[in-house]
Amino acid sequence: MARASKAHIAGAFEHPTRKAVDRTVPQLHAEVALGALRDAGLTKDDVDGYFCAGDAPGLGGISMAEYMGLDLKHVDSTETGGSSYVVHVGHAAAAIAAGKCSVALVTLAGRPRAEGVATLGARNYGAGVPDAGFEHPYGPVITNLYAMAAMRHMHEFGTTSEQLAWIKVAASHHAQHNPHALLREVVTVGDVLNSPVIADPLHRLDCCVISDGGGALVIVSPEIAGTLGNRCVKILGHGETIRHLNGGRVDLTRTGAVKSGPIAFAEAGLAPADIDYVSIYDSFTITVLITLEDLGFCAKGEGGRFVADGNLISGVGRLPFNTDGGGLCNNHPGNRGGMTKVIEAVRQLRGEAHPKVQVPDCRLALAHGTGGSIGTRMGSATVILGANDA
Amino acid sequence: MNESPRPYPDPVVNSETEPYWAAAGRGVLLLKRCRGCGSTHYYPRAVCPRCLGGDTEWYEASGRGTIYTYSVMRRVPVPYAIAYVTLDEGVTMMTNIVDCDLDDIAIGQAVEVIFRTTEGGRALPLFRPRRTSSPGSARGNGR
Repeated sequence: MARASKAHIAGAFEHPTRKAVDRTVPQLHAEVALGALRDAGLTKDDVDGYFCAGDAPGLGGISMAEYMGLDLKHVDSTETGGSSYVVHVGHAAAAIAAGKCSVALVTLAGRPRAEGVATLGARNYGAGVPDAGFEHPYGPVITNLYAMAAMRHMHEFGTTSEQLAWIKVAASHHAQHNPHALLREVVTVGDVLNSPVIADPLHRLDCCVISDGGGALVIVSPEIAGTLGNRCVKILGHGETIRHLNGGRVDLTRTGAVKSGPIAFAEAGLAPADIDYVSIYDSFTITVLITLEDLGFCAKGEGGRFVADGNLISGVGRLPFNTDGGGLCNNHPGNRGGMTKVIEAVRQLRGEAHPKVQVPDCRLALAHGTGGSIGTRMGSATVILGANDA
Repeated sequence: MNESPRPYPDPVVNSETEPYWAAAGRGVLLLKRCRGCGSTHYYPRAVCPRCLGGDTEWYEASGRGTIYTYSVMRRVPVPYAIAYVTLDEGVTMMTNIVDCDLDDIAIGQAVEVIFRTTEGGRALPLFRPRRTSSPGSARGNGR
């Protein structure tokens, strides 16, 4: 019996650029929107709902809606960093189920590479953020914040740098087949360990790429999906949360996936063992390892052993992940990787991933987004997707 | 690798947090607790994050704690150790570990507060490995 779905992903598009010197951010948003609408077989005049996050210039979605000439009856500009677009998939499905819109467009775009945005400067969300005075002077940057999670995980569970390196190795095995990937060279565990340490214990090759580009999704009602052929992907479950410093009771070995995962699985009526393919946000190797534990693909503390020895490589291991090469090798547009996680899951469920990495008979997939700083001020969102006939 | 001086940016100070920074200037680490539910929280705020009660009070911390986690930032002109330290009062705060060999820092290490001056002349609480004979006062002498 086919599974029920509140809404379907009808269109998905990833911008092929990785360095957008001669394009503006609004232009990139419009280009990915057009790409996703064409992929769906729809036009911009069909769009009645628009979803975007902090990368969209202007106040909420207003400027981008004007730029693209959208006529809307539903707008959502929820901002949870790189996880925003996974959040938007769930919000779009809910809005469609509530009758608020029937064709939802989600866009992401950015050009940090062309703009030369520094990544080793202190994280600063502005003077009005209440925690600003208590962290900014100590030099928190994105790399050492994630590195502190890795260090604690190693301390509590014996996780090793070799195990973390396997995550990058798996991503590189996939990226070699992606002509758009920024890094297509297959690397070894030794290559990762021999790359320079950025912030103990994370090496350069434990870190994702910095790239320009973007992506878009078109999410439609079941009625419209029924008119668009058999490439629509079902949205079966969604969960989201935020996780923070908790008044000083910090736990860096867990992410918001401990909450968003079970909510998504419960809504889908599925369990981790049912999933054929996963897209896991991979800002750093440690992000993947902790997220897999928190989603229940292995027990807490077992992530190191789970990811080792090629277990995440398509055609080799038990849980193929990020078959486009992920943020570690392919693309991390606008420093926000949630969108591309959903897009590769859609490719897998349509059977349109590269033949070398396509999971045979891929029916059920999970995409997970992480935003902000792991453990201390983060967004987490999980979606569970099904093939058209799942 | 020896820790060397790094310029410390000024903290953002507002009406909720001015007493914390003023005390730091006297070499004292303050915490906030809720008079309603008794819970200590960090970073300090006017409202208790546990019960949302608005009756919170400052008190002087022991200035002692242990390293919950840390990372040495290597790819910068002046390497430094960022850390979360769990204070004896039970809350965990971000800080830097100083006055030591950066390669000798370890999770679980006992540390004590000291204070360093920021670019604009504020006092910033930092931590260094605790000397076994230390009296454990929150009154730092590392200005």
